[in-house]
Amino acid sequence: MITFLLRRLVNYVVLCVVVVFLTYLLASLTFDPISLLLHHDPPPPRSVINDKIHQLHLDQPIPQRFFEWFGGAIHGDFGNDVFGDPVNQQVWTRALTSLRLFGLGTLIGVVFGVLVGVVGAIRQYRVTDYVATFVSFVLIAMPVFVLGTLLKFAAIKINQVTGSDFLVFEGEVTPGFTGSFAADLGDRLRHLILPTLAIALGLVAYYSRYQRNAMLDVLGSDFLRTARAKGLRRRQALYRHGLRTALIPMATLFAYGFGTLIVGGPFTEHIFDWHGMGEWLITGINSQDANLTTTVTLFVAVCVLFSGLLADLAYAALDPRVRI
Amino acid sequence: MTTTTTTDTLLSVRDLHVTFPSEAGPVHAVRGVDWDVRPGEVLGIVGESGSGKSVSSLAVMGLLPDRAHVSGSIRLRDRELIGLSDREMSRIRGRRIAIVFQDPMSALTPVYTVGDQVAEAVRAHDRHIGRAAAGCRAVELLDLVGIPNPTSAARAFPHEFSGGMRQRVVIAIAIASDPDLIIADEPTTALDVTVQAQVLEVLATARQATGAGIVLITHDLGVVAGFADRLLVMYAGRAVETGDVETVYQRPRMPYTLGLLGAIPRLGDRHRPLVPIPGQPPSLVGLPPGCPFAPRCPVVIDACRTEEPPLVPVDDPAHVDDPAHRAACIRVADLAPTASTESTMDVAERIYHSDDPVTAPTAPRHRRREKVLEVSGLVRHYPVTTGVVFRRTVGTVQAVDGISFDIAEHETLGLVGESGCGKTTTLMQILELAAPQAGSVTLFGQDVATADKATRRRLRRDIQVVFQDPIASLDPRMPISDIIAEPLRLYGASTEQARARVAELLRLVGMSPEHANRYPAEFSGGQRQRVGIARALALEPKLVVLDEPVSALDVSVQAGVLNLLADLRARLDLSYLFVSHDLSVIQHVADRVAVMYLGRIVEIGSSDDVLTHAAHPYTRALLSAVPIPDPVAERQRERIVLVGDRPNPAGPPAGCRFHTRCFVFAGLDEQHRRPCLDIDPALTLRPGAEPGDHRIACHYPQVKTGA
Amino acid sequence: MTLVESAHPVVTRSRGRLVLRRLSRNRLAILGVLVIVILYLAAFTYTWYWPWSYQVSDPNAYLSPPTGTHVFGTDKDGFDMYAQVMRGLQKSLTIGLLVAVLSTGTAAIVGSVAGYFRGISDRALMWLVDLLLTLPNFLIIAIISPAFHGRTWLLFVLLLAAFSWMITARIVRGMTLSLKEQDYVRAARLMGVPPLRVITRHILPQMSSLLIADATINVGSAILTETSLSYFGFGVQPPDVSLGTLIAGGTTSAVTFPWLFFIPGGLLVLTVLAVNLVGDGLRDALDPNSARGRRREQRAFRRHLRSGR
Repeated sequence: MITFLLRRLVNYVVLCVVVVFLTYLLASLTFDPISLLLHHDPPPPRSVINDKIHQLHLDQPIPQRFFEWFGGAIHGDFGNDVFGDPVNQQVWTRALTSLRLFGLGTLIGVVFGVLVGVVGAIRQYRVTDYVATFVSFVLIAMPVFVLGTLLKFAAIKINQVTGSDFLVFEGEVTPGFTGSFAADLGDRLRHLILPTLAIALGLVAYYSRYQRNAMLDVLGSDFLRTARAKGLRRRQALYRHGLRTALIPMATLFAYGFGTLIVGGPFTEHIFDWHGMGEWLITGINSQDANLTTTVTLFVAVCVLFSGLLADLAYAALDPRVRI
Repeated sequence: MTTTTTTDTLLSVRDLHVTFPSEAGPVHAVRGVDWDVRPGEVLGIVGESGSGKSVSSLAVMGLLPDRAHVSGSIRLRDRELIGLSDREMSRIRGRRIAIVFQDPMSALTPVYTVGDQVAEAVRAHDRHIGRAAAGCRAVELLDLVGIPNPTSAARAFPHEFSGGMRQRVVIAIAIASDPDLIIADEPTTALDVTVQAQVLEVLATARQATGAGIVLITHDLGVVAGFADRLLVMYAGRAVETGDVETVYQRPRMPYTLGLLGAIPRLGDRHRPLVPIPGQPPSLVGLPPGCPFAPRCPVVIDACRTEEPPLVPVDDPAHVDDPAHRAACIRVADLAPTASTESTMDVAERIYHSDDPVTAPTAPRHRRREKVLEVSGLVRHYPVTTGVVFRRTVGTVQAVDGISFDIAEHETLGLVGESGCGKTTTLMQILELAAPQAGSVTLFGQDVATADKATRRRLRRDIQVVFQDPIASLDPRMPISDIIAEPLRLYGASTEQARARVAELLRLVGMSPEHANRYPAEFSGGQRQRVGIARALALEPKLVVLDEPVSALDVSVQAGVLNLLADLRARLDLSYLFVSHDLSVIQHVADRVAVMYLGRIVEIGSSDDVLTHAAHPYTRALLSAVPIPDPVAERQRERIVLVGDRPNPAGPPAGCRFHTRCFVFAGLDEQHRRPCLDIDPALTLRPGAEPGDHRIACHYPQVKTGA
Repeated sequence: MTLVESAHPVVTRSRGRLVLRRLSRNRLAILGVLVIVILYLAAFTYTWYWPWSYQVSDPNAYLSPPTGTHVFGTDKDGFDMYAQVMRGLQKSLTIGLLVAVLSTGTAAIVGSVAGYFRGISDRALMWLVDLLLTLPNFLIIAIISPAFHGRTWLLFVLLLAAFSWMITARIVRGMTLSLKEQDYVRAARLMGVPPLRVITRHILPQMSSLLIADATINVGSAILTETSLSYFGFGVQPPDVSLGTLIAGGTTSAVTFPWLFFIPGGLLVLTVLAVNLVGDGLRDALDPNSARGRRREQRAFRRHLRSGR
């Protein structure tokens, strides 16, 4: 089993490298940081522009630039951004910021998604099921930037009505906040509520639909009939045999779900004013910054592939048929 | 059945109706059925697919889907079961009534161990028993149903077990709470013939251990003959005949029962024609008034079409020993044997007066005839991969491991074997016209390994195939005219030519050319198989490969297709390679028979030799496993029940591949066992036989006359 | 089990009519179809019945809330929101439809070729799928977006399609693998039918129902991706408008001028919801084993029982 994990890992590393190379290539081909400089008023003198070109290595061929950057990246040095500041200054804090959001969002999304799906399947065609189905459909049709804005809108209204400022929607911490460790943690958690909700709600909707359908597929299976023929009630059989079996396809879904989650990142961070990787990506593209953009891409690729690996492991843990 | 509900009746079903909704309208799956089971008694319910036999058993268990509409009465002792809530029914399921389902492969939850699943059944009705005690009880139960090493087997997952072993586990679950009644719903249908016999024995053990009554549901008149006390024959959702098992088999009074008995291929009777029932079972949507069997009945009269006949006692002055014999036919009196010597088969032949009965081919082997197919030393090995996520190669399946046979012009070779013996692989290897891994395939004198593209194309015309599953083998999105025309168009026929040929072919297989524009879904299984045959014949091939062509068909239509195949062979001078798991079918069509086991041919020779002088222990076991549709003969005959399962073809036993299951080997002493363990037996001429080519791969061939 | 067999009589109706009948019993799907048709008509004919154009501002109404003249209000430059939204809807619907057709077509070709031929082409294509799935399509298109600034939006459609076929292709490949083992495909192959003809005549038609349902769902996700990209200015470029650019414009003032956000946002959700309901309904109607399709059958059946047999 270890050798298979290793083999898969190697495959992932290769994928990562290829992805990073392609991104760098695309970014270098399409980005033109100098043009941004030319838009300045008054336009900077020629010498400044030439300095910039030299500073950004734009006078070198793209492969050379890539290998230079890549050589550094392997050692944890992601180069400088277009303004000449090292990318490393921010990369770890930003990565942690985003991971905190995504990790919590995924956890809540998976747990509640499965729960809602199971309840929907067991109470099929009752009011609970209809409500859950309808809400899921609406949430699935709602992009994060609409949902996030709605949540923000709702938070403002709730704060207005209750006269409190408990629900915060700007940043990860209150600027200048100092206090004990517990107070600091509380403040951070308070800031986490809305963005996490924005990310988790979509996932809950998505996973719950699949869990419900997977449960209903199992419903007609022979082994569930055997379980009921033993003397288990419908509900017991569904919990003990249906739920456990229906979790298996969910493991694969998890890998796909993470991709959608990552896309949600820039929007959530943008709307709630978080300084994470998502926000950085937008900055990178807007400032036509190949190094920065590729760094974020690498982060995304590692996240997606790691979640794929986790999904494989979860699959093997859930299904004895694929174990060796 | 007796209509008076005696106090000792265990389960009594009265006027049971089950209806399902469907797009085409309500399906009346069960239309007023009555039956009783007494404690310790075995009731056999026989019917073809769609007769409502399984639906009625699920109705008893309360396991029909919610969309089914059930009415009537089902009483367990004095308790009415219809209308009970799920909670109330769950106390009865498993404890009072248990069920064994047809498909053991999907009947167990894949993610729990076998032991846990049996223990769960124990705990379901005994809350005081602890987890550990339930686990011990589970091991006892696994031991009772004959699972070797029950303690370690309890820790295994279902996918590690074969079908036969899984069915044993399902039976262990069924008897876990000592039920009063066990319903076995086609318990052996999905299993190999040699395993069927084992499972029936386990069922008999279970019956002894629990003293339970058994309802055995099956489509196989052979299986019930030796096992059941009483019989109920169902057709189109109704009981059409019922009585003691001997009475029904020996003096059937309903034309359908008679037809079923006549249509079963019987071992040893190979020169006796099969009697096909014309037509197919009716759709259960919007049945016309009258007897549902009327459209297929040879003795139908106008009165049959006006009202459905009730199930009434058969007034048989000659036999008053079975007052419970009832039949639903207004012509009961005309179906009695005319003379006391007339057997059921004779009556069936007389009633159905079939014009073109299939007679087994008797043509002697002409050594000088040209060979259409020669297979020599054919080998096909597959890599085995394991795991879905972590895939890797763990070994090699020796699917076909060096087999040789040939087929002469106008000859039929029957290839017999159970699942996994390599017979389908052999077919595919021949049909693909590709160079084999080892050995050679020579078609019409041309070695396929050296054939160029043009030659292959020519060879393809001459070898065609008919598949097992008539549903899967026709593209559901094409009208049958397009399906049959596809090979014609491929070889350059114009639209006009193709159309004319399609009509001709449809007539040839006994179908109406007017149906050419219909889709496969509009036809029954038997008709679709005829379409498949028509497609195979479109290019006028010389050799037709038939892969289990009748095993997916109901008994009543099977005979018709077999007759058609025999007729076509004679008219079109065809050669057949006929693959089947069923020796009783093979003997009706084959000139020569080859028996395969684990990728090898273990016995080959003319049908007469192989079937009457079977010398390999495996062939003899196969013959013994073929059920005889005659209760008296079935109970009296000596059965050879093989032990265990087929070994994994990825690691076949050393020496003789059959020795792990061989009863001859088991009876030998240490010294005589040596050759079986060490030396792989080669195919050699049967000792003591008159000159011929009956060959056996066995160190101790049995020269005793078989079956 | 024989239960299912016995419950299914010989089908004598054409499949298309059956699917339509099942679909017509799904009230939500019908509602979805109605909503889409209405939105489509409203969006593509608004110039015939609406006095305002999306390019002409009303100097008398800046940031006007919904009124009689401007039923959806106006934005900060005095542009009529109804005209803007309808114009945006046009773009979003067209892009969604085109992308769905293109990407589903690509998926069908790639998936069936990979699944049918196996071997090296399968490995290569599936590796490509893995590679493209490693990066969300949003990211790639965002990076390339500077290249199509000022170019036609059709380029944007091509890009969207080029990066959204992978999951469907995997499903198609899986189905091809199992269809390939079907006897009728095997029969065609053994008869000597050339591979491409087997794919086009026997394999793809068999999947057409799945592909239709999937294309419908893909319309929804394409609209979502398009609006997401446009939201950050990586998609549809001004002066053209899409629902994404409109929502982006309205987000910051959601509290003060709610109509600027809620109207385009609500319309977007409504559109995608309607498309998904139709896709879901189609999938149910096409799948003979779908529990929901049965559920509807059952209702009809109960009515039938009540009406008296």
